[in-house]
Amino acid sequence: MKFSTIVGIAGYGAYVPVYRIRGSEISRMWGAEEETVEEKSVPGLDEDSLTMAYEAAREALQMSRVKREDVGAILVGSESPPYAVKPTATVLAEALGLSQKIVAIDMEFACKAGTTAMLLAAGLIASGAIKHGLAIGTDNAQARPGDELEFTAGAGAAAFLLSRDSERMLASIENVFSYVTDTPDFWRREGEEFPRHTFRFTGSPAYFHHVLSAAKGLMEETGLKPNDFDYVIFHQPNVKFPLRAAQLLGFKVDQVKPGLLCNEIGNTYAAASLLGLARVLDIAKPNQRILVVSFGSGAGSDAISFITTENIGVSKSSIEKLLARKVYVDYALYSKHKGTLKGVLR
Amino acid sequence: MVWAESVPRVWRERVKKYRLLGGKCLKCGSVVYPYRPACPYCGHEELQPLELSRRGRVINFTIIRHPPTGFVGKEPYVVAIVELEDGARVLAQLTDVKPEDVKIGLEVEAVFRKYREQASNGVIEYGIKFRPV
Ligand SMILES: [Zn+2]
Repeated sequence: MKFSTIVGIAGYGAYVPVYRIRGSEISRMWGAEEETVEEKSVPGLDEDSLTMAYEAAREALQMSRVKREDVGAILVGSESPPYAVKPTATVLAEALGLSQKIVAIDMEFACKAGTTAMLLAAGLIASGAIKHGLAIGTDNAQARPGDELEFTAGAGAAAFLLSRDSERMLASIENVFSYVTDTPDFWRREGEEFPRHTFRFTGSPAYFHHVLSAAKGLMEETGLKPNDFDYVIFHQPNVKFPLRAAQLLGFKVDQVKPGLLCNEIGNTYAAASLLGLARVLDIAKPNQRILVVSFGSGAGSDAISFITTENIGVSKSSIEKLLARKVYVDYALYSKHKGTLKGVLR
Repeated sequence: MVWAESVPRVWRERVKKYRLLGGKCLKCGSVVYPYRPACPYCGHEELQPLELSRRGRVINFTIIRHPPTGFVGKEPYVVAIVELEDGARVLAQLTDVKPEDVKIGLEVEAVFRKYREQASNGVIEYGIKFRPV
């Protein structure tokens, strides 16, 4: 699908907490023989999906130079909101100093909620209802201690200020393809602390089926081929899956590598493909084409193609600085940061 | 600062805690945080609301080892007086830093963090803290 008006990214922001745990430390704890990733990000004791979203959104707003009162929507995609009932979007709107006359909503679709937030904000802008909107993907991913997911469940946020103001536009949305099916690969019931997953499902029927269908769908609809893209970013629950998806679709490793952050920060769920996009936008040149393909369990993928404008590269996000800034924690401190210790004195 | 477990208090204080909203005295020029109707330096009653600079330096600090309710488990942590670039002084927690690494003059920047949770089923309080640049 295509928006009837040109909408694009006018600013973007990234956030990754300072703390990391090494995969080898998680292996040591559980006696595992190999790790999925080198290391992953861990939130601070006073961080959650809301505070991380704030930092990313503030950076996106600042880069866009859009006046705070002119932001018409704030859409927050996450599967780890601090409250089961009480929106994150209202706290963010107030903390960022946005107008009270604003469309604000929290959205959930496992790791896909961030890209879908982007599509809906872009739709509101394209229709003329609003001029600028914020779309955020943020997660402090939860995993049951000892579960294989624990090797990768990371923390981070990415935010995009979308606009139809061509003078501010850094990259325009060229085309979109969304694809969903009812696939029970991963879920968490109300009141449950940790998600469950069916490992047999995770690969072929879940991740690959949706990612490939959305990417192929977009390329069929537009007539674009893998070599028409300068960069491609896939959802990254581990390092293998996005590399394999790229290979199956005919992309080269060079197109995938710049947006592949999983080995350094783990799987940041709703932020994963969007942080990859932020990293790529930081290095992109004018007139380059970028493909982003998210994946959310349950299941679905959004494929979005962008074309960078002459304005790209004027300012950069803080992602390189955030990736370089690290304080390692051991498994004991990690448990405290994740809040998984039982019977703690409060 | 009063730390009573009160939902109305959290709601009333949210803008002051969420944003560095201060005031500039139209008579003596002092910049104060948070915004208030009268200047604490000269008593003048005209202050212009001002979004303060997010950068500053630590001018004094204390290490909290026996925290009040709601902060237990976070100790030891540092509460500092931060002088912002525009001169306003803010009392706030430092974060992402070990107490032994805090020195007077430490350059810091504002971040948005969780203050405390009013029990596991209560409201969550958020606001500005500072971390080393
Ligand atoms: Zn005065």
